[in-house]
Amino acid sequence: MTENPERQASKDNSNKWKHIWLQFRKHKGALVGSIIFSLIFITVIIGPSFWPFEANEINIRERNQGPSLSHPFGTDQLGRDTFARMMAGGQTSIAVGLAAMLLSLILGSSVGLLSGYYKRLDGLLMRLTDLFLSLPILPLLLVMMLLFREPLSEAYGPERGMFVLIVMAIGITSWMPTARIVRSDVLALKEREFILAARSIGTGDTKLILHHILPNVLSPILVSATLGIANAIITESALSFLGLGFPPDFPTWGRLLNDAVEYLTLYPERVFWPGLAISLTVLSINYIGDGLRDAFDPRIRGR
Amino acid sequence: MTTYILRRLLISIPSLLFISLVIFLLLNLAPNDPMAQVPLTVPPDVKEKMRVALGLGEPLYIQFYKWLVKFFWVEPQVLIDHWFGTSFSQNDFRVISWQTRSPVMDMIVERLPQTLWVVGMSYIVGILIALPIGIYSAYRHYSVFDQAGTFVTMIGYSIPPFFTGPLVIVIFAVQLGWLPSTYDTVHKVVDWETFVVQLKQMVLPVMVLALQTTAQISRYMRSSMLDNLNQDYVRTARAKGLSEWVVITIHVLRNSMIPVVTVIALNLPAIFGGAIITEQIFKVNGIGQQLIGAIYANDLPTVQTITFMFAFLIVFFNLIADILYGLLDPRIRYD
Repeated sequence: MTENPERQASKDNSNKWKHIWLQFRKHKGALVGSIIFSLIFITVIIGPSFWPFEANEINIRERNQGPSLSHPFGTDQLGRDTFARMMAGGQTSIAVGLAAMLLSLILGSSVGLLSGYYKRLDGLLMRLTDLFLSLPILPLLLVMMLLFREPLSEAYGPERGMFVLIVMAIGITSWMPTARIVRSDVLALKEREFILAARSIGTGDTKLILHHILPNVLSPILVSATLGIANAIITESALSFLGLGFPPDFPTWGRLLNDAVEYLTLYPERVFWPGLAISLTVLSINYIGDGLRDAFDPRIRGR
Repeated sequence: MTTYILRRLLISIPSLLFISLVIFLLLNLAPNDPMAQVPLTVPPDVKEKMRVALGLGEPLYIQFYKWLVKFFWVEPQVLIDHWFGTSFSQNDFRVISWQTRSPVMDMIVERLPQTLWVVGMSYIVGILIALPIGIYSAYRHYSVFDQAGTFVTMIGYSIPPFFTGPLVIVIFAVQLGWLPSTYDTVHKVVDWETFVVQLKQMVLPVMVLALQTTAQISRYMRSSMLDNLNQDYVRTARAKGLSEWVVITIHVLRNSMIPVVTVIALNLPAIFGGAIITEQIFKVNGIGQQLIGAIYANDLPTVQTITFMFAFLIVFFNLIADILYGLLDPRIRYD
């Protein structure tokens, strides 16, 4: 009893994270996944400043080239360097993924926290979640793209308008699983003694939610965050692939894939790079999520 | 059981109404002009008359009501007329496409078989592959087979159909030349040879869609089997001296199938959604492609109808899943 309780608590906390890190490290898939994802992330972020070609630099004389030393991924029908376009596309795709994940996380955790904590709101919010779960997501996303593309492009410019629209659309249609998981965890937490203790010393609702409940539901939120990024990247690519995403000259991985499909019979290898980038990113993020879930919850390890 | 089913039925009606309201409002409140395609030489007062003729002059709630009537009252009558040769719907107004000026439902009925063939076949193939994989991975937990199965599942989750589609086209159609890259929908099966052609053109789209189904369902099957394998009744069955085959197939499998069956029902509408992309890749002219075409052409009635049909499928299969769950597991229905 020589240490004061606050230091004890912070030590426990650091121990917990250390333990989680140790568990996470044991999951080979998650470790490989995080290395691959960091590599992709770093390449996409700092790569363009070292690469000699710009993503939209047209060089008709060097069009339709295969892989070479100066163009390791070849060039497209306008002579633009595919590697530069892949990096630029990756920036957009990952940015969309992160932003949409954040939005859906904020929506999902607030709905989950509120409906788990306040019994009055529970019925209403859960019915709302059910209703959102029974909406046909992909058709609705397509319809939203169709309807709001022009007004938002006029308001924010074609690229930023599309970015806002896609992030909003994905965020609004993907928060439901997070809300459900957070709610069920909050319901279980509410019955615990430390909540009763906190309440009995006069802690208010807001403080109770933010200081006592939120830190304890952080693990499911983090797991659904990783899965949310993967989901958002796939959805954005699907929209771009169907031609209802970003404007044609603005590269994203889905858009590059769509462009490549047009030249499928002539240059089949072009499909490979953007598809591989999407799949590798999503696969590594899913493995990270799997590892995180296992590290947080020892009961479900190996499931 | 009857009250259970009735209660589930009653819950699904308001959610259907809500979804149709969302779809209706989304399309009608959006800044969008159905008269945009009309030539500029048409004078404004004529344009206004055309607008009224399309029913756009009326307040929103009347438009919504009329749309509901068309969808839930007139279209079923058309279906009954079609089946029994009666003439209930002769003078009623139907949902008309702005693009072709013909009833939307007629167009959907033309395209539905292609979608159903490809989607249905891929779902069946996917389930048939997924169940044994899931069962065996759970039985040999942590074995090489289990690890490989988990990896394949992860790949199925992570590689989107718009990559696997072009990939299999490149491999099997462009490089090897074994299979056609597009789906010929006017092809008719009359004899053995045309049947083989039909089979060949179905392989690629079915393969792409089945990969995703397999990934999801084998995962559920595996974890459901794992939950049951450690239960006491399994030990009892083994202690009675039953053979391992009987223990697994009769005792464990039957109990593990309960959540899996509901997941199979729940996932079916999502496969329809995924078919939108697959149809686009393989040029299957199903309802997914019709939706994309209608979106490009700004054909709101068609978009509304198809989107609503997808929503209807989701609500319907949710209901089916609920009822199945209640039928299979008595503990659920007495809550």
